Amino acid sequence: MPKITKILMDMPVTVEIGDSSVSDLDKIFDYFVAIDNRFSVYKPDSEISRYNQKKLSFFELSRDMKQVLKLCDDTKKATHGYFDIRRPDGTIDPSGLVKGWAINSAANLIKSWGFKNYYVDAGGDIQVNGLNSLGKPWTIGIRHPQNRSQNVKIVTIGDRGIATSGTYIRGQHVYDPFASQKPITEIVGLTVIGPDIYEADRFATAAFAMRDQALTFISTLVGFEAYSINNRGIATFTPGFTQYVVENN
Amino acid sequence: MKKYLLSAVVIFGFLFYSTTANRSSVSTLPVSTLILPTSVPTIPSPAEKPTTASTPPANTLLPTGRPTSAPVGRYKNGTFIGGIADAYYGNIQVAAVIQGSKLTNVNILQSPNDRDNSIAINSQALPILQSEAISAQSAAVDMVSGATDTSAAFIESLTSALSQAAN
Repeated sequence: MPKITKILMDMPVTVEIGDSSVSDLDKIFDYFVAIDNRFSVYKPDSEISRYNQKKLSFFELSRDMKQVLKLCDDTKKATHGYFDIRRPDGTIDPSGLVKGWAINSAANLIKSWGFKNYYVDAGGDIQVNGLNSLGKPWTIGIRHPQNRSQNVKIVTIGDRGIATSGTYIRGQHVYDPFASQKPITEIVGLTVIGPDIYEADRFATAAFAMRDQALTFISTLVGFEAYSINNRGIATFTPGFTQYVVENN
Repeated sequence: MKKYLLSAVVIFGFLFYSTTANRSSVSTLPVSTLILPTSVPTIPSPAEKPTTASTPPANTLLPTGRPTSAPVGRYKNGTFIGGIADAYYGNIQVAAVIQGSKLTNVNILQSPNDRDNSIAINSQALPILQSEAISAQSAAVDMVSGATDTSAAFIESLTSALSQAAN
């Protein structure tokens, strides 16, 4: 099974597709590069940066950018304002939605080529479909927040998405829009399983900003389960989460 | 037995109050909209919104699992009143009834009733969050979901917190 990992957007991106060729994988990486060039707030000449610098008007934006901004707006409403791409400095940063949206779009591209067994993993946010090379469900570890080499749970999620929000090496990248000066310390890791990676990622990002109300929020959503770890090493999870857990052996 | 009677009087008192004070407040509602406040008892929550002076302490409501997965014998018998939790459309407060060391009922003391479209709670169907101490899993996996990386300061803070949480 061809599988390639590359560092893109400062994070490891891994794509594995059963019965594919390396050129198929290359097309997926090309897609991610194009997305990064358009949406990276770290690149001064990206479309989002030029929009933030007021060098582009809304009407000059690409179709992808307009779609993402519309989805950000929808997500803000769906999360009671907790998903907010406005940053304390007044610029907008749709990264919290773009990552899941891009992984999902890449996975849809693979599906459109007729492949059934694959996954796309960008920095620990993953869309999986079908089975692994052994014909078994893909197994996914939820990383221990303290020790990178260990997992605290192992799950199989069918054809779904799984996303984890946490405290990143770049610093706090999730803000509480209602208390942007106050660091989020109550939850150190929040993993959400949803119908696809776009859905899982956007709600993981928003719920993380809800601090100790994250799990309560996720439990109101149909088709979502979550597992959060607090700063004392205690995990809390929604009632349906256990259906995905593989017993340790 | 006196305790149960007293608890029952308190709970029914609250229920009576909530039904009479708000005509729209008590009925059943779809499972998908149910919310339970779920502070883990041993954990302080610095971000908790200020509540009124009359709020009972939040640390007496123990989250438990469905009967099949809840540890048996972990909880004291009695009725425990939880803190007030913000459910986004209003506040919710419940009391947990423990009998034989198991959660046998959840009573609603307060539910959102300040709006026309307010809802009430079917106590039989509350989604109860579960909790556990994390532990390392040894089996091999195809991939890993996690925050991209953690900072040194974060790891230091977590390490000290973990040592406090240990039995």
